[in-house]
Amino acid sequence: MTQVSVTVDGVVYTDEVEARTLLVHYLRERLGKVGTVVGCDTSNCGSCTVLLGGMSVKSCSVLAVQANGSEVTTIEGLAAADGTLHPVQQAFYDSHALQCGFCTPGMVMASCDLLAENPNPSEQEVREGIEGNLCRCTGYQNIVKAIQAAGRAMSGTATSSTATSNTEAVRA
Amino acid sequence: MTAVDDRATAASSADGGPRMEVGNARRRKEDAHLLTGRTTWTDNMTLPGMLHLAILRSPMAHAKITRIDASEAKSRPGVIAVFTGQDFAETQGDIPCAWPVTADMVNPGHPSLAVTQVNHVGEAVAVIVARDKAAAQDALEAVDIDYEQLPAVLDMEAALAEGADLVHPNTTSNKSYTWVFESGAAGTGQPIDDVLNAAEVTLKRRFIQQRLIPAFMEPRSTVVQPVGEGFTMWSSTQVPHILRTMLALTVGVPEHKVRVIAPDVGGGFGGKLQVTPEEVICALVARKLGKSVKYTESRSESVMSAHHGRDQIQDITITARRDGTVTGLDVHLLANMGAYLRLVSPGIPVLGAFMFNSIYKFDAYRFTCDGVFTTKTPTDAYRGAGRPEATFAIERIMDELAAELDMDPMELRRKNWIRHEEFPFTTVSGMTYDSGNYEAATDKALSLLGWDELIAEQARRRASKDPVQLGLGISTFTEMCGLAPSRVLGALSYVAGGWENAAIRVLATGKVEVITGVSGHGQGHETAWSQIVADQLGVPFEDIEVIHGDTQSAPKGMDTYGSRSLVVGGIAVVKAAEKVVEKARAIAAHMLEANPDDLDFAGGNFSVKGSPGNSKSIQDVAFATFTAHDLPDGIEPSIDSDATFDPANFSFPHGTHLCAIEVDTETGRATIRKYVCVDDIGEVINPLIVEGQVHGGLAQGIAQALYEEAVYDAEGNLTTGSFVDYLVPSAADLPSFITDRTVSASTTNPLGVKGVGEAGTIASTPAVVNAVVNALRPYGVNDIQMPCTPERIWRALSEGAEKSSPAAAGTVAHGGASTSSSDGSDAAEGGRL
Ligand code: FES
Ligand code: FES
Repeated sequence: MTQVSVTVDGVVYTDEVEARTLLVHYLRERLGKVGTVVGCDTSNCGSCTVLLGGMSVKSCSVLAVQANGSEVTTIEGLAAADGTLHPVQQAFYDSHALQCGFCTPGMVMASCDLLAENPNPSEQEVREGIEGNLCRCTGYQNIVKAIQAAGRAMSGTATSSTATSNTEAVRA
Repeated sequence: MTAVDDRATAASSADGGPRMEVGNARRRKEDAHLLTGRTTWTDNMTLPGMLHLAILRSPMAHAKITRIDASEAKSRPGVIAVFTGQDFAETQGDIPCAWPVTADMVNPGHPSLAVTQVNHVGEAVAVIVARDKAAAQDALEAVDIDYEQLPAVLDMEAALAEGADLVHPNTTSNKSYTWVFESGAAGTGQPIDDVLNAAEVTLKRRFIQQRLIPAFMEPRSTVVQPVGEGFTMWSSTQVPHILRTMLALTVGVPEHKVRVIAPDVGGGFGGKLQVTPEEVICALVARKLGKSVKYTESRSESVMSAHHGRDQIQDITITARRDGTVTGLDVHLLANMGAYLRLVSPGIPVLGAFMFNSIYKFDAYRFTCDGVFTTKTPTDAYRGAGRPEATFAIERIMDELAAELDMDPMELRRKNWIRHEEFPFTTVSGMTYDSGNYEAATDKALSLLGWDELIAEQARRRASKDPVQLGLGISTFTEMCGLAPSRVLGALSYVAGGWENAAIRVLATGKVEVITGVSGHGQGHETAWSQIVADQLGVPFEDIEVIHGDTQSAPKGMDTYGSRSLVVGGIAVVKAAEKVVEKARAIAAHMLEANPDDLDFAGGNFSVKGSPGNSKSIQDVAFATFTAHDLPDGIEPSIDSDATFDPANFSFPHGTHLCAIEVDTETGRATIRKYVCVDDIGEVINPLIVEGQVHGGLAQGIAQALYEEAVYDAEGNLTTGSFVDYLVPSAADLPSFITDRTVSASTTNPLGVKGVGEAGTIASTPAVVNAVVNALRPYGVNDIQMPCTPERIWRALSEGAEKSSPAAAGTVAHGGASTSSSDGSDAAEGGRL
């Protein structure tokens, strides 16, 4: 057993873990952070993506002990304290970028990282940027649209269509 | 989307009445918890004292189990118990098959835990119960099993040959059934043999439907809690109601003691339309130990043991007159059941039986399907279930016939399809299509694609011998969905009906609960049903709560598959709402001191005809009903209602899909340049959701054409055993789609709606493959086996160049250039690019 201390969604946790414990299992089974999910056992699907020190990682390919001393942000900690959705979450909602929603936590976290690196990505840049995140439901088209819209919203270049969508969000 | 715009205008009501919800691109009610990680996936559940299961799976495709020693595993730390098939031999029953398609169908039985023999890689042979998941998995290696290997049975034609090794020792052949339809005998057309014999042109082709893996993103997971004499099961399933009934019958617990809950479910696509061995095992173990248990599969387990889809050899004969008029269609399928018959395995290819003739007018038709056992994972429903196979075969062979007759492939289709003034139209397979307009959808699609310009570009590239060639592919499809009229299911020997149930409760405060028997897992039912009820009852969208997926709170239903939720379940909601209004009308009349017949109901208000100021809202009526202080004599104090709806007919969405693809003749790589689809799904409740369904469907259909294949090696090992090898496309592998609609309202339901969940998948596969073949036809290529990988395209080009010309009329062109093996196992050596 090894002691780890990790800040997850703003809360500091200190636990004894087996050295082999994956970060995703630590999050889900020890911390109850079940918003982050597991979709594969070969690090292909991206469902488990979280931000580790601000960068997206597949939490199934990181050991809990490797996260020692780091800050982790999961889908559960992304919205503001008052419940206001993060612009990426809002854009996913507006663009109908989720169906079953299983890929969504990972897809949203990967998108945050993508937009941090490239606030205004082209369609092709988005498609390549989320290559490591599989979605079986949406055919990706609305996810691509959402990420581009979120990029515009975050860099203050939101178009009128996003404005309309926000009106809809208030109504919904 | 012009169709959307038209609809939105219509929805805002020309007579100045309230804006309607139906037709609005409402954002989804489902999303908030999914976007913030406040989810209830089954694997998220923890119950007090819950134990964890790990399942040991067969590494052999076919073997006798000669010895199992679990003693060491039992002594591992944290292990509570280990069970093998012997422990449950008397109690586990068989996985149910609800579709005995013929009276003499052979069903060898399907134990959840193998007892004496394993028949596919990944079959469950033992289960470890431990206090945590890691301990259970650690102990798997300590179970000692001796297997006596038997020959793998992989190739369907070899499996049917005289003297073939048998998959099951209790059968006399590997054939499960032969199912036949013939238009002469059925009275739906001429005798097929007469038409085949009189043919001016005969074309035969063999197409291979490769084996696919549904690959829902949420791995299957089950939690069982023993409750009294029965149990509660949470499972990642599409079918909680079917599962409840079948579990009761399988494990021998009275149905009223079984509760099944489908919480958040992460996709299904037919892959979770099942009663699984894992679900039965969880129930058996929980009951045996009197403890709650959880089992969640890994992705690698999922791809081996959750059922697969497709896997057919299709021998198609089409006949025509020299002018291009089609006359006869003769279809012979070998359908791979895999090792066992699961819930609806035998019926899946039969669902295609009525769709091979598609939108075309044939004089005669025959469909013959042999269900074949092999030592592979069982097959069952996968998005489209029987209809993609049919659509692929007919749309591919129409292109081949056009090439044979030297006709334009769209002209050939136009010449033969049902014209819009001919609806309703009864086809040679006996289906009556209620409505459609193939001309309108096609014209719109051609113009959206820019067909003429692309044809000109294709000619230029051909003339200049451009290494990157352009191919244009067509799929003018229809499908039957909305499963299903119960009488038809009965005629097809399915053991259940196809109705759906809904109930509506209007609460004291005027809020509304809608209970539906369908069980959504991504389809947006909560949003769409709210829109329907908002219009029907005139209550705000936000005031409606949709309850589903729990046999206790939504006790009656047939669940979600076969694009049935809206066209059967949604109509049940409408019927229930109509009853609510009628019950409320009597009470409103009493409140307004008027005759019920003199009341209008609009926008949620009952008003006396001619004096609109004199009105009561449905919320007023609900409160008056709740207090029940002053109701008319003899009236029950409730306006709550339920309805069970059995559809009179299937739903027949149709459309035209066009694909422009660039094929690099030097590398074999095919890249979709433009994909256009114009779908006609009748009226639309929520265009946002519809478009999402179309996108997702397209992705899966295109994936069959270009990327996905479950491959077995010569020993029967699944070599595509994880997401490393099974190529679910990523965003970078797919284009953006241009989607549009035409609207031919269904005439068989009050909303005018048709199913949409499977349309994209059904239509797109042949559009893409036709495009690839179209690009390469000048090189002597007339088929590429799916998936059309760069290697297969490259090989077809190399072989095509050596051939002088495409196959001639009347010859058997067995699958064209690259179908060296009938079961796709050639790809095992070839590998994936
Ligand atoms: S769970 Fe699939 S990449 Fe982590
Ligand atoms: S929304 Fe279902 S997998 Fe992406």
